[in-house]
Amino acid sequence: MTMQNTDQSRRKFLGTSAAAVAGVTIAPGVLLHTPAQARPVDQPATSAQRWGILIDTNQCDAGCNDCVTACQSENGWGSNETKSSPEQQAEWIRKVELKDPNTGYKQSLPVMCQHCETPPCVDVCPTGASMKRADGIVLVDKHICIGCRYCMMACPYKARSFIHETLTDQKTVAPRGKGTVESCTMCVHRVDDGGTPACVEACPGKNGKAMVFGDLNDPNSEISQRLKQYGGKQIRADLGLNPGVRYQGI
Amino acid sequence: MKKPVLREVNDSMGFYALLALFGAIILIALGATYYMEHNGHWVTGMNNQIVWGMPHVFALFLIIAASGALNVSSIASVFGRYQYKPISPLSTVLAAALLLGGLMVLVLDLGRPDRLIVAMTYYNFKSIFAWNIILYNGFLAILVVYLWTQLDQTKNKYSKLAGFVAFFWRLILTTGTGSIFGFLVARQGYDAAIMAPMFIIMSFAFGLAVFMLVMFGAYKWTQRPLGDAIVRRLKNLLGVFIGAVLYFTLVFHLTNLYATEHHGVERFILMDGGIYTTLFWWGHFVIGGLVPLALLYLPQTGMKRSMIALASVLVILGGMAQLYVIIIGGQAYPLEMFPGMEVTSSFFDGVVGTYSPTLAETLLGIGGFAIAMLLVTFVARVLRLLPESLADDVVDPHHSKADA
Repeated sequence: MTMQNTDQSRRKFLGTSAAAVAGVTIAPGVLLHTPAQARPVDQPATSAQRWGILIDTNQCDAGCNDCVTACQSENGWGSNETKSSPEQQAEWIRKVELKDPNTGYKQSLPVMCQHCETPPCVDVCPTGASMKRADGIVLVDKHICIGCRYCMMACPYKARSFIHETLTDQKTVAPRGKGTVESCTMCVHRVDDGGTPACVEACPGKNGKAMVFGDLNDPNSEISQRLKQYGGKQIRADLGLNPGVRYQGI
Repeated sequence: MKKPVLREVNDSMGFYALLALFGAIILIALGATYYMEHNGHWVTGMNNQIVWGMPHVFALFLIIAASGALNVSSIASVFGRYQYKPISPLSTVLAAALLLGGLMVLVLDLGRPDRLIVAMTYYNFKSIFAWNIILYNGFLAILVVYLWTQLDQTKNKYSKLAGFVAFFWRLILTTGTGSIFGFLVARQGYDAAIMAPMFIIMSFAFGLAVFMLVMFGAYKWTQRPLGDAIVRRLKNLLGVFIGAVLYFTLVFHLTNLYATEHHGVERFILMDGGIYTTLFWWGHFVIGGLVPLALLYLPQTGMKRSMIALASVLVILGGMAQLYVIIIGGQAYPLEMFPGMEVTSSFFDGVVGTYSPTLAETLLGIGGFAIAMLLVTFVARVLRLLPESLADDVVDPHHSKADA
């Protein structure tokens, strides 16, 4: 019977999967590789993870804008604000060029929402529309944002944008609208599916990727290992905000 | 001492002309709001670099002035100066009217003013904005009760208590308004505890200046007597407040100048910030400070009503200039994310923000003033608000011309 066949193939598949998992398990409860982090949709985000991005500016090419264009096509910004002036258009992520006036040393790096542990935008938001998830991702609840822009006044990274005109053709994964504030979501829809943010995925780097995404709470994750080995810096560390986005080489 | 008699203003052409004038300005402001909200903020000068603009200058001026407009009531109730008692109800009504005008501007500039109900039902109690929503609404409620105790003879005995509550509430309220900026650690132009007391002193000066103009207008147009006793006291008080504002401004900038990390922003505001430098020195310091001080204290001008009125107008203009420098100048100076480095990006990092206010957002701001004035005019007609006479013998039986 078809039904039996189906059941058998499912059992076979489960058996193979179990063997595969067993293969990377060196002892009960210890895995050589972190399994995909996809979380069932009915489960809330937990503080077991703290998602972060590490950016190595030595690998970041000044002429490269791939992280920005990947973010634009993933989240649908950058081309649909036709009436707004350049100063009024939204930018979720931007490439910043630095030059030391004393030595002429140049660096290039992407800057986006830094997903602070203690985000000033969340502190100042009167309605609670600015919020931080338990896993450290800072978001704007578009349903209760009243467009007061106090979060933009408070953000030390100029990471947030206000929408100055009516938008159409938004992406379903990134609702956006006139009169509300928005910023990098760390591609929360991808992260919840066990994926990585679009910018990280798109980053070609010079000799290897300039961006690494991972769980800062997991000491065995690549991001934690790299930070442990080579260190990392926070933009405006003096503010003590403990951002989830870290940099090497600045 | 004659007992002051409070009387509503008469039905007259002038009254209706004022209502029509303020009503027309409000309609224009509402039209401007519809234009901005329908199109979105792209039709304004505000952008993602300068996120708060002209509406916020007007709104904050009105909210700060509202607190200061209560000076006269506070001096009468809290500090027991009976000379101010007859004119106190006007002070209370003006405070409420200015606050409502300011709040209207603030709310109508929101990206989503249709979500006002959200602002009233969702509170993040760590937000100074959320505290302010409670402080502003609470202040309005307190003012209504305070006015009742001032106007109803049978409730008069409670006016001292209501006055105390209102006095402390307004100090907290203006602390909250100043802290909107004082608590912003991100920006070089803000992040200073002195902002809160400075805003309180600014409120004393701005509110009293508005109050004096309203009092002059009301007494001139209703042809009721207004003696020098009350005017002289108030104009001297205004002079003290102007001096205090200059003192706080001096301390604020001196403190910044001592710390090398703030030299950039200080240089920007005080020396090479273009419009912000001009507004600081000419607007705030000269027009809003030195000139009105001279007008109020020089013997040639100090007792002339027209000159005192001019000084009050200059205090208001200077105050607007001061707020423009604080609010917009503070945003125009680039965020210092990478100290010591030259910064460039497609998002205007490292460059001074540009902002040119448009007509629509300025009209919305002016509408806030019109709302306040319309309310005062209306209340003076329907309530027995203004004393029939503020002649010297009514205000102060011990007053003699020699004091003037």
